[in-house]
Amino acid sequence: MPKKVLIVDDSVTMRQMVSFTLREAQYDVVEAENGADALKKLEGLALDLIVTDLNMPVMDGFTFIRRARALPATRFIPILLLTTESQAEKKAEGKAAGATGWIVKPFDPPKLLAVLSKVLP
Amino acid sequence: MKIDLSRFKETFFQEAAEHVNNMETLLLGLGDAPADPEVLNSIFRAAHSIKGGSGTFGFDDVMRFTHRLEELLDGMRGGEIEVTPSRVDLLLRSCDMLRTLLAAADSGGMVPPEAATLLEDLGVAQRQGDFVAGAPVPMRAWDPKLKFGGQTTYTIAFVPSPDIFREGMDPLLVLRELAQLGTVEVIVADLSHLPALSELQPETCYLGWAIRLTSEREREEIEDVFAFIENGAHIKIDAQPPAGEISASGAPAKGEVVVSGRQASSRQRGRDAASIRVATEKVDQIIDLVGELVIAQSMTTEIVTRFTVERLPELQAALHEVSRNTRELQERVMKVRMLPVGTIFSRLPRIVHDVAAAQGKTIRVEVTGEDTELDKGVLEGMTDPLTHLVRNAADHGIGTPEERRAAGKPESGTIYLRARHEGANVLIEVADDGNGLNTARIREKAIERGLIAATDELTSQQIQQFIFHPGFSTQDNVSEISGRGVGMDVVRRNVESLGGIVTLKSVAGKGTTVGIKLPLTLAILEGQLVRVGRQRYVLPLVSIIESVRPAREQMRSVAGEGEVVMVRQEPLPLLRLHRLFDVVTDVLEPSSGLVAVVEHDSHRFALMVDELLGQQQVVIKNLQANFRRVEGAMGATILGDGRVTLILDIAGLVELSRRKERLANAVPAIPSLMAGIATEGPSMDTAAAGAG
Repeated sequence: MPKKVLIVDDSVTMRQMVSFTLREAQYDVVEAENGADALKKLEGLALDLIVTDLNMPVMDGFTFIRRARALPATRFIPILLLTTESQAEKKAEGKAAGATGWIVKPFDPPKLLAVLSKVLP
Repeated sequence: MKIDLSRFKETFFQEAAEHVNNMETLLLGLGDAPADPEVLNSIFRAAHSIKGGSGTFGFDDVMRFTHRLEELLDGMRGGEIEVTPSRVDLLLRSCDMLRTLLAAADSGGMVPPEAATLLEDLGVAQRQGDFVAGAPVPMRAWDPKLKFGGQTTYTIAFVPSPDIFREGMDPLLVLRELAQLGTVEVIVADLSHLPALSELQPETCYLGWAIRLTSEREREEIEDVFAFIENGAHIKIDAQPPAGEISASGAPAKGEVVVSGRQASSRQRGRDAASIRVATEKVDQIIDLVGELVIAQSMTTEIVTRFTVERLPELQAALHEVSRNTRELQERVMKVRMLPVGTIFSRLPRIVHDVAAAQGKTIRVEVTGEDTELDKGVLEGMTDPLTHLVRNAADHGIGTPEERRAAGKPESGTIYLRARHEGANVLIEVADDGNGLNTARIREKAIERGLIAATDELTSQQIQQFIFHPGFSTQDNVSEISGRGVGMDVVRRNVESLGGIVTLKSVAGKGTTVGIKLPLTLAILEGQLVRVGRQRYVLPLVSIIESVRPAREQMRSVAGEGEVVMVRQEPLPLLRLHRLFDVVTDVLEPSSGLVAVVEHDSHRFALMVDELLGQQQVVIKNLQANFRRVEGAMGATILGDGRVTLILDIAGLVELSRRKERLANAVPAIPSLMAGIATEGPSMDTAAAGAG
């Protein structure tokens, strides 16, 4: 069965690109526009992985990760941050919130797929 | 695995453009009050988002620029950097630059050198607490990473003085000299002011040009070319607009110049028109409906294959279902092309801001009805006219704070942008609380130009209509911003080409309101079916004011002018449809048929038909593409019974009738009746001479 991945990003372009990349690599993809939208959408989904942006309206990436980690279904699955931010303190904040890993934009398909194959069994 | 992301470029450019527009709107809203952190956050996110996408596609110039922008905005949202008007202004200019950079990234064009300067300014604004835009900044070494080219693209509008020939100069020499300074990429002549041959003064220059020049030379050197012919000329040199956008920013919206800008940016527009972003919800609804339609259709088929008379009610119900679904599907599909008017309204406050800043005025912009939806095609066609109207309102309509105070008005003026539904139309209004039109001045000009005789008595409303006359202007001083005030004719032409109508209401000292009535869509028209003999025609409902059966006493015959119908004390020229189209009918008198009062160019006509049939929506089919051009018809449609019917075009009918009349009798027209309608030189000439 294909692995199911949730993509959270407020940019349509970014969502479409990540979706396209993952679908080409035979992943099943669900998209959300921001943290709040993602929390709504992950209900009832058996997700294998989440890729989220950091700077988003309504609910940002950090808050979203903290909230997702509090839910049983997403407590232990890998959550990756895909963002332009690369400062050490932001990374530390991400780690504290519960992020599994960090991928710095610009978005590069092979890099994303490489990381995914590393964190997904 | 090789993954090619280039197919997402288009989405990126669309999204980036939305972000820039959004940034601009938010920045303009910042105003004087302490900045709302959430607003600053949104502006930051917009820059951030553009940066994220641009990196993926390798648009390094965009990425570097947005990175610097983002740093400044980050400081501002964090409270470390103060939000000052000069910083907001810098950010607004950065929005312009971002558009330029995005256009350059899209078309592979060049990046203007101003980008480097602006990048520098952004850096300074970040470091200095008391940043002042335009203040001398400490120069830093040229950043070799910057790929900005050394060439500048100049957009030049050049309208020589009408007297240039008499002064012994030749505009051609200027154009040749320009060509030697660099590469002339586009040059378009504005021929719209050429009069009819009989009116043409061989010693007067009627032409103007829009030129796009790429050159390494400095602006001063370009300006020097015009050194000896500046007197009475209108010259505007703009180094700002991106390649492929002549008319969008500062260049005057002037006759063909605007049109040429359009041609130059056809690539840009082509792409805009080629794709629409539609909410998934709208698509889902359509798919649902198609599903229902398929079910209803298969039900119908099933009933028909095993049909008995007893099943007739069942069949009727099924057919009813099909027609309901079809109608709803039609509505939904049309909605896919609909966009809120707000998408073009949002660009206008910036124009007002710039004009106000340049002239020391305070002008508020009040927007209502921005959610009103219009067809994408109509909306795109409205960008230039609205820009022009708003610029006019800010430039000519609203006075300086001193002038306003003297007139007993609040110092700050207001421009209202309103949109609302009116039946099957959308009404857009640009109103201001400024000076209003100076009717005395317009009348003077109209007499000067021989449009009316000094003895003609016209209502102030009739006088105001002259501002729609090609090339008509009362501005003696050429304004830097709105050119010579010409362009209302272009506004009207653009609106009418979209099937719309422009109205004007102006009260001296109170302000001016320009109303634009537009059809919701270009593909479907609200039509009134009319009959003449055995023929049927569709009349656009929007152009019908009323329909009456005139009594015999209401008919008058005016010498030379032909028949008129008196409707509410107003003499309306009679257009007999049966004569225009040579249709045989037994209804030969308006008193036994009907006349529809229709409007064209703010003049009313009585269009005679045998009778009015029903009103219905019709789908407009292009005649030229499928048959040939038919004078007096804008297109054709297919009625429910399969008959092909012409959709009438009032402007074309008036034209057709005038030609037929001229053939019939060569007697001049009555000036007071025809003033402003007649566009041909000869008839105007004789008219004015006859009256004077």
